Amino acid sequence: MSAKIVTVTSGKGGVGKTTAVANIAVALASKGARVCCIDGDIGLRNLDVVMGLENRIVYDLVDVIEGRCRLRQAMIRDKRLPELYLIPAAQTRDKSAVSPSDMVRLADELRNEVDWVLIDSPAGIERGFRYAIAAADQVLVITNPEVSAVRDADRVIGLLEAEEKGPAALIINRLNPSMVKNHDMLSAEDVIDLLAVRLIGIVPEDETVIVGTNRGAPIALEVKSQAGQAFRNIAQRLQGQDVPFMDLDSQGSLWARFQRIAGRK
Amino acid sequence: MDERTFPFQIKGLRDGLLITVEDGKWPALEPALLEQIHAQQAFFQGARIVLDVGSQILRVNDLVALRDRLSEQGVSLWAVLSESPTTEKTAQLLGLATRISKPRPEETRQFAVDDLGDETALFLSKTLRSGTRIEFPGHVVVFGDVNPGAEIVAEGNVLVWGRVRGMIHAGAKGNTAAFICALDLSPTQLRIASEVSANLNPQSDPRPEIASLNEDGKLQSIPWQLS
Repeated sequence: MSAKIVTVTSGKGGVGKTTAVANIAVALASKGARVCCIDGDIGLRNLDVVMGLENRIVYDLVDVIEGRCRLRQAMIRDKRLPELYLIPAAQTRDKSAVSPSDMVRLADELRNEVDWVLIDSPAGIERGFRYAIAAADQVLVITNPEVSAVRDADRVIGLLEAEEKGPAALIINRLNPSMVKNHDMLSAEDVIDLLAVRLIGIVPEDETVIVGTNRGAPIALEVKSQAGQAFRNIAQRLQGQDVPFMDLDSQGSLWARFQRIAGRK
Repeated sequence: MDERTFPFQIKGLRDGLLITVEDGKWPALEPALLEQIHAQQAFFQGARIVLDVGSQILRVNDLVALRDRLSEQGVSLWAVLSESPTTEKTAQLLGLATRISKPRPEETRQFAVDDLGDETALFLSKTLRSGTRIEFPGHVVVFGDVNPGAEIVAEGNVLVWGRVRGMIHAGAKGNTAAFICALDLSPTQLRIASEVSANLNPQSDPRPEIASLNEDGKLQSIPWQLS
């Protein structure tokens, strides 16, 4: 079977690309899929930290591309999931070390090795973004429910359309249902209304995500975590399953729930 | 592998070589460029060169000298691309091209009107996303939204069958009779001729509106009425 190559990108920095890649990868791998993540942020590598694999790095993406090691040597096996791998970014180089055609070649080589390749794109719309999307079969655009992040996502979707990368799918990250209810935050509907692309997941704001990120243990494996559930749902939707969206309102106040039960909205 | 970095990039085009010069002092860059060409004489022999100088300002003397030195090496300077109008003018003065087939920046699209008169319109059946800029010397009709960060600059009127949340400039060449209408007019900014308006009465319930200049020459928008 040939792997599907998925790139996660956003335009704006800090909206959760790396966290999403780590969690979706963990969710896919926990269901038995063979997954390889590639950290595309050369010079500012993070994905190894989020996945808790930084002390195992010997070779990196640029080493593979420049032929200093074989592909398999740069694939670091995850601590918990035996079929999850990471190809880390080089920390001492910059984006000019990789070209779009390098990524296409690397991804093609990976197609026979795994079932899923997840590429973590750097922020921005320059060279790093270009090579990160070059090989993608599917692009996931991630945004926060903030005006600035949504505008950048809009720009990125426009660039993807111009590159004829096929329809992007949208992840809305760090949605806070109670802020939405008080009209202090854009709702998922507002975001979709503007961006007009297919929604593949809404991840609620959740403190456990930060804890997991700092510990190097993505929370997608934690059954109780709401954000973890959201990432597992995204993984299932990527695999073509029809999963209903979570009812994030159930986190609302007791009074709100009473009102709903009483049928008053 | 050669680890030296040159202050320019060389790319093959369909009909020549594109050399992009990074920012820096031209007097220092020119010898570096000539040296590079000299070092790879076999590669450059007989080449047609497009030089992208970014925002650098080059005077007539600079360009003449460069053209002569290049031709000594068997290289012909064909075009100079620049963001600086001065450099562009200089290049035109010397009979050099200042555009190649791919205009830049990529997202700006300019359309030409032939002899169709004043009533030419450009019809766009898509949503204009952030970063898109449409310039047109006639009217513009959009079947879709104009998102924040997108811009339309038209010499005529602009009609949007959708939401306007970006920037629209109608009557860009000074036509004060130009108007802008949309199903939902919530722009970041509207301009008609030389008037700019940032905060038109925002509607809580969107309805079709027309913006134009009133008798005092001020930009105003009024709900559209069937009459």
